[in-house]
Amino acid sequence: MKNIESLLDGFAAIGRVSLDKLAGLGRATMVIAYALLVLPQPSTNISLTIKQLFNVGVKSLLIIVVSGLFIGMVLGLQGYTILVDFGSEEAVGQMVALSLVRELAPVVTALLFAGRAGSALTAEIGLMKATEQLASLEMIGVDPLRRIVAPRLWAGFISMPILSMIFAIVGVYGGALVSIEWLGVYSGSFWSVMQQSVDFYDDVLNGMIKAFVFGIAITWVAVYQGLESIPTSEGISQSTTRTVVYSSLMILALDFVLTALMFGDI
Amino acid sequence: MRTRNVEILVGIFLVAGMLAVLALAVNVSGYSGANSDTYKVYAHFDNIGGLTNKAEVTLAGVQIGTVTDISIDSQLLVAKVEMEIFSEVNYLSIDSSVQILTSGLLGGKYIGLSVGAEEEVLVDGSLIEDSQSALVLEELIGKFLFDKVSD
Amino acid sequence: MDNTESVITIKHLKFNRGERVIFKDINISIPKGKITAIMGPSGSGKTTLLKMIGGQLTPDSGEVLVSALSVHGRSRSALFAMRKKMGMLFQSGALFSDMSVFENVAFPLQVNTDLSALLIRDVVLMKLQAVGLRGASDLMPSELSGGMARRVALARAIALDPEIVMYDEPFAGQDPIGMGVLVTLIKKLNQALGHTSVIISHDIQETLSIADYICIIAGGEVVATGTAEQIRQSKSADVIQFINGYPDGPVAFDYPADNFMAQLKGITL
Repeated sequence: MKNIESLLDGFAAIGRVSLDKLAGLGRATMVIAYALLVLPQPSTNISLTIKQLFNVGVKSLLIIVVSGLFIGMVLGLQGYTILVDFGSEEAVGQMVALSLVRELAPVVTALLFAGRAGSALTAEIGLMKATEQLASLEMIGVDPLRRIVAPRLWAGFISMPILSMIFAIVGVYGGALVSIEWLGVYSGSFWSVMQQSVDFYDDVLNGMIKAFVFGIAITWVAVYQGLESIPTSEGISQSTTRTVVYSSLMILALDFVLTALMFGDI
Repeated sequence: MRTRNVEILVGIFLVAGMLAVLALAVNVSGYSGANSDTYKVYAHFDNIGGLTNKAEVTLAGVQIGTVTDISIDSQLLVAKVEMEIFSEVNYLSIDSSVQILTSGLLGGKYIGLSVGAEEEVLVDGSLIEDSQSALVLEELIGKFLFDKVSD
Repeated sequence: MDNTESVITIKHLKFNRGERVIFKDINISIPKGKITAIMGPSGSGKTTLLKMIGGQLTPDSGEVLVSALSVHGRSRSALFAMRKKMGMLFQSGALFSDMSVFENVAFPLQVNTDLSALLIRDVVLMKLQAVGLRGASDLMPSELSGGMARRVALARAIALDPEIVMYDEPFAGQDPIGMGVLVTLIKKLNQALGHTSVIISHDIQETLSIADYICIIAGGEVVATGTAEQIRQSKSADVIQFINGYPDGPVAFDYPADNFMAQLKGITL
């Protein structure tokens, strides 16, 4: 009897957790649907979006440029030491560019973006909730989904591909700097081998699509976690951590799926 | 004034993004929308052995053009390679020869062009008669074994 | 609340939060143009009640009528339209931290009216003058003291000249001067602008001194209503404990627990 009882408890727990998660997913979908599609967008949203582009995009630029430069330089060094054994050091350009454009630029940018901008979004919205600013907006007759959430979502969607492209190009030049200037790879073949192997549509555009998808995932998670946060200092810190963890996991999982679809010949 | 600075910085950010895409397109992927100042020449090969689009065409190791199309000539049953040569390189004699070469052991294939002796030069649409196919490792080994056996 | 017209009517309100019963059966009517205070011990759901009047929370059953129209079961846009007639002063002030004092007060006017910028400026300065903070209009919320922030929030709450102004714990955490200022302001604004004021509070003396009617809720029910004098003379045990601040009474000092001796001896019952 007792065994059956605890078994049923186990089932109940599984059911409760899944229902909870499902309800959360439903609420998150409502948030994005209401913020971007259902509610009419007031004209002030353009200027609010510009302000958020500054907060989300421009403020992330420094970390993206510095990381892109170093990762490109490291790729150049590592690639050279391996390829020089085969006498194919010209191919270092191809290696640096392909790995950056297809993979590293979108993924590393997304991970940095989740840490830099995603967490800030969650904390900001969580704090607005804790200080009753969201409730206050509602009482003034302004929907916070429109005023607070929508501009942040748009800014995130727009910023990620841009940051990723900047990361990629800075990385390629970082790799070129190391390979050509320091290691003495012939610059003509560095660039021409790269240009031979990188295709604008297959590689650059697909990388951009990846970055865009990651941008949606990160901003969505961040905004939703902010709105759902428990309005205490502990609750906000938990939500901020959750934003970084969930969006990082989502980035890596989505990256696998997208890579399989784009480059995996499925 | 505060919002103006924000707007300027966001504008710079967006332009930087576009420049990054442009640089990736032109510098990294070698994408050129219009093929402005080039002329096309063709060559037949028995075996192109891994030559790809956008491979370099070189003269004495210096790039003078790119491969733009590879197809099968349905009558001769050989590979037909279309090359775009920079228009300032207008001094290639009609009896030039082309050869598919490999850069390094693992590197990509490219076409090496050697100039002949004729006065007449290649123009748009010319066919290069003298071509030498890629070295295919399996064939080479096969030939070597065959020679040994026949000895 | 005899002959006066009632602007907010709450009927048979029931609300549970998870397992916990917040409201069993609440019936309140709030008369027009007066100051009505809703009082009760912490955790009795006073703020929840305000949020229900504002339509931010939905009761499990029962009705809230504002100007004879039901608050719940409306479309989102109808609800937002109704809220324009309400002003609310939140406990924390809830000023928008990225806007200056002036912009905060101007915000409801900018989003809800078609007034020209010049006219909005005049209205904002008038409201700020009314709370005595016209000189602080260029400051950011982070530069204000708690009392000043609450006065700015009050100016914002009355910016649209609402019919109903709700105050969520206006006196909490204020020094005696700040409290005095707010008490006077609430009273004066109510008289001058003629709106209906609803105050949620547990500061007995301040609230009794300005409220026309008082309604005490405890344990999910209304335990007493009436004027300040009637409340003071109430014989209800709940009311006597609450207004005198006795540590033990219907609201027990001890949180429900097992027998203490038994627990000390390590016997679980």
